[in-house]
Amino acid sequence: MTITEKVDGMETPLTGNIRDDGTVLNLKEYERVGGYRALRRALRELAPEEVTKAVTDADLRGRGGAGFPTGKKWSFVDMSDQARHPKYLVANADEMEPSTFKDRFLMEGDPHQLIEGMILSAYAIGARYAYVFLRASYFRPARRLREAIAEAYAAGYLGGDILGSGYQLDLYLHISAGRYICGEETALLTALEGRRSIPRSKPPYPQVSGLWGRPTVVNNVETLCNVPHIVDKGSQWYRNLGRGQDAGTKLYGMSGKVNRPGLWELPMGASAREILEEHAGGMRAGHRLTALQPGGASSGFLAPEHLDVPMDFSSMGHTGTRLGTGTILAIDDQVCPVALIRNLEHFFAQESCGWCTPCREGLPFVERILTAIENGEGQADDLDRLHDYTRFLGPGNTFCAHAPGAMEPLETGLKIFGDVFERHITEGRCSWRH
Amino acid sequence: MLSQEERQTIEEELSHYEVPHAVIIDALKAIQRHRGWVSNDALADLSEFLGVTVHELDSIATFYSQIYRRPVGRHVIRVCDSASCFVMGYESIRDRVFAELGIEFGETTPDGRFTLLPNPCLGACDHAPVLLVDQDLHEDVRPEAVRDLLADYQ
Repeated sequence: MTITEKVDGMETPLTGNIRDDGTVLNLKEYERVGGYRALRRALRELAPEEVTKAVTDADLRGRGGAGFPTGKKWSFVDMSDQARHPKYLVANADEMEPSTFKDRFLMEGDPHQLIEGMILSAYAIGARYAYVFLRASYFRPARRLREAIAEAYAAGYLGGDILGSGYQLDLYLHISAGRYICGEETALLTALEGRRSIPRSKPPYPQVSGLWGRPTVVNNVETLCNVPHIVDKGSQWYRNLGRGQDAGTKLYGMSGKVNRPGLWELPMGASAREILEEHAGGMRAGHRLTALQPGGASSGFLAPEHLDVPMDFSSMGHTGTRLGTGTILAIDDQVCPVALIRNLEHFFAQESCGWCTPCREGLPFVERILTAIENGEGQADDLDRLHDYTRFLGPGNTFCAHAPGAMEPLETGLKIFGDVFERHITEGRCSWRH
Repeated sequence: MLSQEERQTIEEELSHYEVPHAVIIDALKAIQRHRGWVSNDALADLSEFLGVTVHELDSIATFYSQIYRRPVGRHVIRVCDSASCFVMGYESIRDRVFAELGIEFGETTPDGRFTLLPNPCLGACDHAPVLLVDQDLHEDVRPEAVRDLLADYQ
C-alpha cells in the first residue's frame, strides 16, 4: 500500500482522510469526517443543473489523462423532459496505464468518497443507474468497494428515494475481464455491454448515445472523487487550490530509481522538480535522471531541462508531452532508453484491440524494429522508418487514440535519445548490456 | 448443463443490466471460478443457457486476458512486465521464477501447481517490482525472496 506523505499547510481534500496504515474508511468513519454532507445538501437544496454549474465553475478537468472539462462533458447530456431514459453514469476504474497507481489508492483508502462523487454526478445528469467499471486485477479495491456499496445501500444513500428526496439511483460494481483498451471510454461501454471491447466512432459521443444507446457519462475515479468537495466547499475554493493555470489538487506519483517512490496530493501545477526532490527524495545514489515520463505509458518523455514546468494540463502541453495521469516514471542512466521504449511498444502492441489495421499491424512492426536495434541488428534506415511510423500511427490515421498514444513516447524518445539510438545501430550492440 | 450455483450467480448479475447480453463477461468469470477454466463444453453450456452462439461467446472469451481457454494450474502467477517494473529490474524476478519452476510464460508446471503469465501494470509502481499470485499482490519483490514467496502456494 502506498503511503501518502501529508504535506504541511497544503489542503488535501482527496487524500486527507486516507490512513497511512492501509486500512479502509468505513461508512461511519467517512461520515464522521464530513462524508455524505455534500450529498445531503445537494439533494435538499440544489437542482441537478446547479451541481453541474458548480463543477463547471470549479474548472475541474478530467483526471484520466485527457483533461477534458468535466462540467462541459456533463452539459452535453439532454436534461429536458424528452431525454431518453434511463441515463447512466460510469466510473472509469480500469486503471491500467503503465506507471499509474493513483485510482487504486483512492478506492482502497476511501471508497465512499468515490461513491458519494458518483451519486452527486449521477444526480447532476439525471442518471438512474451507475457502474464502477473496475479492472480485473484490482482484487483489494473490489472487496472494499463491494462492502462500501452495501453500506451505502443500507444507509439509504443508494436505491429508491435517496434520503427522502425522491431521487433514485442503483449503483453496481462491474469487474472487467482485463484489457487495456477498456479504459478508452467508448470501448469501456462496449465491454460493459458484454462484447469485445472495441472503441466506437465519435460522434455520437456517449453523452448522446452511450451505454445501450442511452445518454451516458464516463468519468475517471479521481475526477469523481473531487465532486463532493466542490459541492461542499464551493467552486471558488476549488479553483484557488491550483497553483498554476488549472484548478484543484492533483494526485502526483513517482516511481523508478528514486529514494522514496510514492504518491502525493499537491496543488495542481506543482513542478516535476518539486515532486522529485522534495517528495520523492531525489534520485538514488549512483543514478542520474535522463528523462521523465510524466503521466503514464502513453505520455511523451520530458527532458530534464523541463523539470520546472508546472505539471498542469495547460503548461505541460507546451513541452511536447502532456500531463496524462500525473504519475511520473523517473528514468535513470542505468536504463537503456531503446529497451524501455521497446518495453512500452510491446505493451501497446499486445493491448491493441485489433480492430483497425494501422494499429494492429503497425505496433508489432514498430516493436520488431526496436527489438532489432536493441539486439544490435538495427539497419541504417530504421530510424527513418520509426519516424515514418510515428506519423502513420499518429492522430487521424487510426480508429481511436491507442496507437497515437503509443507513438508519443516513441516520437519524443527518438528526439531526446536520438544519439543513443544511432549508437546502437552504428556499433551494432547495446552498451547497457554486458 | 450449468450447475445450480453457476446459474444463480449469472441470474443475480443479470438483474444489473438493461440488456441480458451484458451478463456474458460475468457469466464467463462465474464458470471459470467454479471450473477453473472455460472449456468448449462450458461454452456450450453457457450458449444453451443464454441463447447466444458458441462462436460469439468464444470471440468474447478470447478477447479478455483473464479468461482462460486452456486449463491452468492451482495457482496463477502474474509477473508485472510494464515500464516501472522494467526500470526496477523485473527481468531478474522473471528469470528467477523461470528457474525455480522450470517453465516460461504461458506454461504450467507438470504437477499442475503453477501457471505463469506476464501481466501489464498492476498499479503498485511505487513498490515495483511486483507480482500477483492468485489474488495476492506481492510488492518490492527481490529475486532471492522468490523461492520462499512461492513456497506458500502448494
